[in-house]
Amino acid sequence: MTQTTPVSGPHTHAPGSVAWNMGWVTLALLPATAFGVYLFGWPALNLLLITILAAVLFEALCLRIAGRPVSPFLMDGSAIVTGLLLALTLPPWAPWWIGVLGAAFAIIVGKHVFGGLGQNLFNPAMLARVALLVSFPLEMTTWITPSPLFSEGAPGFLEGLAITFGLAAIPDAVTGATVLGEAQTGFSRDLGLSETLPGVYAPLQQALGFVPSSLGEGSALLLLAGGLLLMAKRIITWDVPVAMLGTLVILSTVFMLIDPERYAGPGLHLFSGAAMLVAFFIITDPVTSPSTVAGRLLFGAGCGLLIYVIRTWGGYPEGAAFAVILMNALTPLIDHYLRPRAYGRTRRGKPLPMKNTEAPAPAQEKRP
Amino acid sequence: MFLFKRKRPVFQGGVHPDDRKQATSGLPIECLPMPARLYLPVQQHIGAAARPVVKAGDTVLKGQMIARGDGAVSAAVHAPTSGRILGVEPHPAPHPSGLPVETIVIEPDGEDRWLEDPDPEHALNLEPEAIARRVAEAGVVGMGGATFPAAIKLNLGSRHHIDTLIINGSECEPYLTCDDRLMRERTDEVVDGIRIMRHALGARRALVVVEDNKPEALAALQARLYEMDTIEAMAVPTRYPMGSEKHMIKAVTGREIPAGKLGADIGVIVHNVGTAYAVHRAVRMQRPLISRIVTVGGGAVQRPANLEVLLGTRVEDLLAHCGGTRQPPARLLMGGPMMGQVMPHAQVPVIKGSNGIIALTEEEINIGETMPCIRCGRCVAACPCGLMPLEMAARIRKEDMDGAVDYGLMDCVACGSCSYVCPSHIPLVQFFHHAKGVLGARREQQRRQEEIKRLAQQRRERQEAEARAKAEAAERRKAEREAAKRKAEEAKAARAAKAATAKETPKTPAADQAEA
Ligand code: SF4
Ligand code: SF4
Repeated sequence: MTQTTPVSGPHTHAPGSVAWNMGWVTLALLPATAFGVYLFGWPALNLLLITILAAVLFEALCLRIAGRPVSPFLMDGSAIVTGLLLALTLPPWAPWWIGVLGAAFAIIVGKHVFGGLGQNLFNPAMLARVALLVSFPLEMTTWITPSPLFSEGAPGFLEGLAITFGLAAIPDAVTGATVLGEAQTGFSRDLGLSETLPGVYAPLQQALGFVPSSLGEGSALLLLAGGLLLMAKRIITWDVPVAMLGTLVILSTVFMLIDPERYAGPGLHLFSGAAMLVAFFIITDPVTSPSTVAGRLLFGAGCGLLIYVIRTWGGYPEGAAFAVILMNALTPLIDHYLRPRAYGRTRRGKPLPMKNTEAPAPAQEKRP
Repeated sequence: MFLFKRKRPVFQGGVHPDDRKQATSGLPIECLPMPARLYLPVQQHIGAAARPVVKAGDTVLKGQMIARGDGAVSAAVHAPTSGRILGVEPHPAPHPSGLPVETIVIEPDGEDRWLEDPDPEHALNLEPEAIARRVAEAGVVGMGGATFPAAIKLNLGSRHHIDTLIINGSECEPYLTCDDRLMRERTDEVVDGIRIMRHALGARRALVVVEDNKPEALAALQARLYEMDTIEAMAVPTRYPMGSEKHMIKAVTGREIPAGKLGADIGVIVHNVGTAYAVHRAVRMQRPLISRIVTVGGGAVQRPANLEVLLGTRVEDLLAHCGGTRQPPARLLMGGPMMGQVMPHAQVPVIKGSNGIIALTEEEINIGETMPCIRCGRCVAACPCGLMPLEMAARIRKEDMDGAVDYGLMDCVACGSCSYVCPSHIPLVQFFHHAKGVLGARREQQRRQEEIKRLAQQRRERQEAEARAKAEAAERRKAEREAAKRKAEEAKAARAAKAATAKETPKTPAADQAEA
């Protein structure tokens, strides 16, 4: 006898693994990341690398402490994706310790406190971003007007290092505000959108990403392309992004029609403030979203709704992270109540009622 | 014009594994040369094992019954060729455990002499019961791998109203092409078998369901079907597990079997194309089931083939005929890679349900490292039964079997779609098998405990009754004794009194009598 332990089927497997998925996510984020680095120059690159490196180191540390095998879990790439996603939501010229603290919070509190891969309730990157935003509001809202790499006035390599490590202050001239922030400030001064938006909002520029924004949220189009790639590769499902973006569009259109001075239109909502990043890369995180299609549609719609509410009436114009965290908290509930209907059973789990199979007579009658 | 309007077949969930059928789908069925020995287990079907009716040293003819079906659910076994019985003894069975079962070993005499040569018969004149009886006598079972005695399912027409007979030619498992070849090369026989079965069941129509990756088989069938037959061949999308009875019924008729019921309860019976062929042989030709078509495939096999094999031929003989293996197979399977079973070695025989012998290489299996569940929900999307495999597995891991049952464990058909797609390579089906095993054992234990309790209760009652009877008897005896004593005392007293009166009044007999 050569084999004694019975092995259950299937004896073949679809291609793919966790590491494979994470690899594709990273790849899909690459264009937007590269563009962000190009727009915001050396300090942005420094911050990106520091955050990812910190995430990987903290992951290794946590695995070691938990006594788990380090290499297979490190190789799955989830820490890299978490670090990358976090970095993309940070202000591009934020100091190094913002990246390190954020990574620590994301990996330790956001992930390993819950029990590691697959166990966390909240999206680690979003949890870290919220924590940073609440703790360091100044650093987390210092937005930069794009100054592309090697362009005039852009910081060189050394200047970049100085900015990242806090040796040089960020010149006031380069800071700016995001569109959503601008609009909010306008409201507090009783200015309508028609007065605040000109000058800060040009739809094309916004979509392409030549605007003050966080490191990687700027280029809505590149993020959209990445998201579509992941959908085509079936790494992510269509339901969550469609539900979220759809809700956002419907809500913003309805309110814009009610009062165009007060409420921005769907274009601005879609192409600003991380909407694309959140829709395709954050709330599609398998761990923290529901596992059924119905659940994911509800989850996506909830995210869209909350993002709209927080942006429009809340205190944080860049508050998508709060919306995600809130919906993450609801995921277990959604999963509990929105189960699929099992074959041969009603939604409540009772066997289907028996239909009387009709007698053979009608068939004969129908015969011509 | 078709009599039956149908919606386009839909299939919920399921997966689309690489079908890997190209290696053998173009190869005609070959006959395997007579092996040196045949090993026929008495248990090749679901139900009670057959009872051997031969012993070592007997000579048998081809087609002679060597083991009789035992009980309501069982199937006879016949000699696949003429020869001598070498023994009736335990041999390894084609089962993952490799545990031995009672096996009849035949040494062929090389003459391959049939028992008798009956004339072909006009089967459609036979009564349904007669057809079912013939099928039962021929030992025909579900040839798609289910191995449920076919006659029982043909008899259901008498108790249920069956309007649709579905013939499963989907062959949804990767690698397997035996049904494809059968439909292409022996179309007339298959169609004849379907007619006989439809007649036996009294079904209004018959549908032959073929996945759309087998256009030749579909065309061959369609060329031989007439509208008058109300037998129809239809293509369904290639999707695993199309061949699962429940899901095929849903896909082609739109009807769903309520949980806990059978297809017959909603008027549908599903049989495999291989069974149709075997029924044709059994009823029309009066030949028992003694051979079957087997696909030998997988990356480790030198020369994949479709073979017609006598039952009882050992797997090693098949592999040898196919040029052996290129490399030691990482897994040797009986059946397809999705639901097939791992064979402990190649010294097990081909039995009635063996549709494939698949020798897989390491790369084909693609075992990945098992990671924690990332709750991606792919298993949920893939499950054709509408279950949440991740939730069931999470509960089983915590040994919370009741929680898993609450999530539908008992509705799981073990198709393996969930494990197949899981990016974390979690052996979900293994979890479910484990849990079902534990639950089965628990039920068994409970049953036994109740039995014990019942027996104990009975004994207690008996003892109590005995004790009561004893006590009553003692009581009675005591009462009797006391009564006797009283009587004796009274008698004594009376005598004493008499003596006294006699002394005082010696001659008064009247008084003496009155006292007595
Ligand atoms: S497919 Fe695997 S990893 Fe994904 S939810 Fe199901 S069990 Fe978890
Ligand atoms: S849970 Fe059962 S029925 Fe559903 S996919 Fe997995 S094995 Fe198949």
